[in-house]
Amino acid sequence: MPAIGTPVRRREDYRFLTGQGTYTDDINRPGQLHAYMLRSPHANARLGAIDTSAAKSAPGVVAIFTGADIAADGIGGLPCGWLIHSKDGAPMKEPPHPVLAVERVRHVGDPVAVVIAESLAEARDAAEQIVVDYAVEPAVVDVADAVKPGAPQVWGDQAPGNVCYDWALGDLAAVDAAMARAARVVKLDLVNNRLVANAMEPRAAIGEFDRATGEYTLFTTSQNPHVIRLLMGAFVLHIPEAKLRVVAPDVGGGFGSKIFHYAEEAIVTWAAPRVRRPVKWTAERSESFMSDAQGRDHVTHVELGLDANAKFLALKVSTLANLGGYLSTFSTAVPTYLYATLCAGTYTTPAIYVETKAVFTNTVPVDAYRGAGRPEATYVVERIVDLAADELGMDPGELRRRNFIPADAFPYQTPVALQYDSGDYQTTLQMAQDAAGYSHFEARRAEASRRGKLRGIGIATYIEACGMAPSAVAGALGARAGLYESAAVRVHPTGSVTVLTGSHSHGQGHETTFSQLVADGLGIPIESVEIVHGDTNKMPFGMGTYGSRSLAVGGTAIVKAMDKVVAKGKKIAAHLLEASEADIEFKDGNFSVAGTDRSKSFGEVALTAYVPHNFPHEELEPGLDETAFYDPKNFTFPSGAYVAEVEIDPDTGQLTVINFTASDDFGRIINPMIVSGQVHGGLAQGIGQAVLEGCVYDKATGQLLTGSYNDYAMPRADDLPNFALSTHVTLCTHNPLGVKGCGEAGAIGAPAAIANAIVDALKGLGVRHVEMPATPEKLWRLIHQHQPRAAAE
Amino acid sequence: MQKTVSLTVNGKPASATVEGRTLLVQLLREHLGLTGTHVGCDTSQCGACVVHVNGEAVKSCTLLAIQAEGANVLTIEGVANGDTLHPMQEAFRDNHALQCGFCTPGMVMSALDLVKNNPDPSEREIREYLEGNLCRCTGYHNIVLGIKAGAAAMRGAAPATPAAE
Repeated sequence: MPAIGTPVRRREDYRFLTGQGTYTDDINRPGQLHAYMLRSPHANARLGAIDTSAAKSAPGVVAIFTGADIAADGIGGLPCGWLIHSKDGAPMKEPPHPVLAVERVRHVGDPVAVVIAESLAEARDAAEQIVVDYAVEPAVVDVADAVKPGAPQVWGDQAPGNVCYDWALGDLAAVDAAMARAARVVKLDLVNNRLVANAMEPRAAIGEFDRATGEYTLFTTSQNPHVIRLLMGAFVLHIPEAKLRVVAPDVGGGFGSKIFHYAEEAIVTWAAPRVRRPVKWTAERSESFMSDAQGRDHVTHVELGLDANAKFLALKVSTLANLGGYLSTFSTAVPTYLYATLCAGTYTTPAIYVETKAVFTNTVPVDAYRGAGRPEATYVVERIVDLAADELGMDPGELRRRNFIPADAFPYQTPVALQYDSGDYQTTLQMAQDAAGYSHFEARRAEASRRGKLRGIGIATYIEACGMAPSAVAGALGARAGLYESAAVRVHPTGSVTVLTGSHSHGQGHETTFSQLVADGLGIPIESVEIVHGDTNKMPFGMGTYGSRSLAVGGTAIVKAMDKVVAKGKKIAAHLLEASEADIEFKDGNFSVAGTDRSKSFGEVALTAYVPHNFPHEELEPGLDETAFYDPKNFTFPSGAYVAEVEIDPDTGQLTVINFTASDDFGRIINPMIVSGQVHGGLAQGIGQAVLEGCVYDKATGQLLTGSYNDYAMPRADDLPNFALSTHVTLCTHNPLGVKGCGEAGAIGAPAAIANAIVDALKGLGVRHVEMPATPEKLWRLIHQHQPRAAAE
Repeated sequence: MQKTVSLTVNGKPASATVEGRTLLVQLLREHLGLTGTHVGCDTSQCGACVVHVNGEAVKSCTLLAIQAEGANVLTIEGVANGDTLHPMQEAFRDNHALQCGFCTPGMVMSALDLVKNNPDPSEREIREYLEGNLCRCTGYHNIVLGIKAGAAAMRGAAPATPAAE
């Protein structure tokens, strides 16, 4: 039976279920010391003298380093990986990002010193004895406040007005002309709330230096160890790749927050040779809240123009995007090329213009978080579409249908740069509506109303651009890296196979899904396949895992390497079978001469490759070990439709998500069990954004008010419903597997579906928009501020 | 202040010399090398560190190591019977109730505690019981299914208590 398409149980689960996973903090190196980061308690302050004298003589302390020590050593700042140009052609403002603050701290949690001691407790105790002279100045945390005249300047003359760039995509003249002739223009102001990724494993890093070989090793909680090696080696510490090994072992979730190169990775690696022992750092959760890159945080004005037949004519979007105090690794790409390009959504809107002003504030840096730009785009598009339906008195499903890109219109070129290769939005919407009992909803609303409850239903459709990315396109748009993936398929003499992949699994189950690919591709048992990832000394190269790219890009690289193995195997088999290579067929693990019963098994061919007594030496080298790099031709475009049903208690504002129905098109599905799990998790994070989660800073002081799980509302089991999932398949047309990616979909589509359901529940009161997170307090206030429409009339 | 703590962990005697402020989870992870018990927060909210102490589920970050003197502690490493997974572990695997695996040990230990007190929990009871365990990967859907299946298996022929308890 083929492995592809079946819910193969995960091969990684045994070690996780028995406590035998190896996460970075589980690793202890002989003689290791412990690092504690002293962080700024202020959001904006000039940094004066740092007195470490008492701390240096505290018990167990081995060394204390400050920003001055690092700067004196010629260490570079943390680089930003994507250059954006403003509308006027000027490059973005790119201020430095020192690994330890110098001269000024720019957010609560900005690291100012590292204490290295025999034990973590001793390091932490000593840090309390460091006296830092802070001259506290006013801070700005809110993106809309930061662009006002007179706002505190995060970077002074280096970024006047706090603006990093003022960028736009699309045809403004065409949009303005279309708006001028529109029968109706619907307008909305909305906020996309700031989130904290909150992978359950806090970040950790262990730096080590081997004086005998001159090799550095960094163990780190990363989604892309090769990227960390490249960024840290080339830009920060100036260590050649050949002397720097980066290992990302089992990683306990990432959701984007572990893509980026962080200061602590550089600090422990830099410090290890200086203290002549390994140095280990593990974040406390409080540190995660103030040092892991955060997500979202947009303030947007959107206008949608429609003609008299409710066809979309034009979309105009103006967004302020909060970047925080420093530029994180891929921060600049998120509110531009991962956001504006998705503003066509699933619709034929012919004219679109999106402008983004990216702004510095005294907050933790903002970067990619599950979906990264695409949830923000989906929220903008799907909220304004729903509002248009409400203003027109149309069913929101019908308005969407009228404007969908038809299933026969692919490939479809949008006005915002992307060319969608495939999709069938009508079908996924119909599937979701049918499964959700959409057509019978009014009866449920009436029933809830009799119980005194407000019930609402909401639709959202989404499109995402995944499988990043064609390197040439990314490069032309300012990316400072390529975005391919590599794989090596190493066939061993007895026919078992090790696959070295540049993708990284931190919960996605690659060891299972990739094994399914290889088992089917080479016709061998899944038990004969071993997937290895996460170590720069093992695999050729890798761009890692983010943007739902592992299967579409990393999986395709494996397929390409397998193709090379099979091609060489055919040559070997032809020699053994004394047949022409053109006559050799490979199927179900056997190389056979077409039309005959003569064949050699995969294992026999592998053995021949390594014991080449009878071998075509003139034509081939021994061995069966092939590497492939795959650079995709286009993005992939998963899409789908979600229907949410909520009920609100008007007396308390308490909201219950009654049902959540998802119909997704991910292209071909390799392991449906794993895909469902990915959707569940994405939905939970999307629902979390809509009703629970919000990262809040105090406007007056810049203090992080949601700095722990006591204050930041993580979705818990009893906050969420069971999910009803289905899939519809249109194949990706440009990768051999036909796969699109599934990791981010839930987080992209769910917030808008929930928000639309909430507004639907409250529309009888005259409510036209609710900001996320729609907490009970917010809902209660809204309900009580609005006179019931029926009563007012 | 250094103090030697002696206790039973996963059915075997163990002892370590710890500071007064050392937490039970630090004793397990750093002194005894049992790194299956995880630390996911610093406010006793996430439940990644749940172990059983004298048969009760406890967040091991809320207990000082010295309070565990003489206690019988079960960690995730002691749940399986040799190489054979406990029915609850098997049910987690069968229902894809884990992704990154970081919250999983705490989830399994909590699930066992729930089932001990409520052998046939409803979906609602499971969701409410999991109030003290955070997962960021699964959306809980499959964890709930896994615990229901694990409870069913435990009511059947499978052993009702973990091997080492």
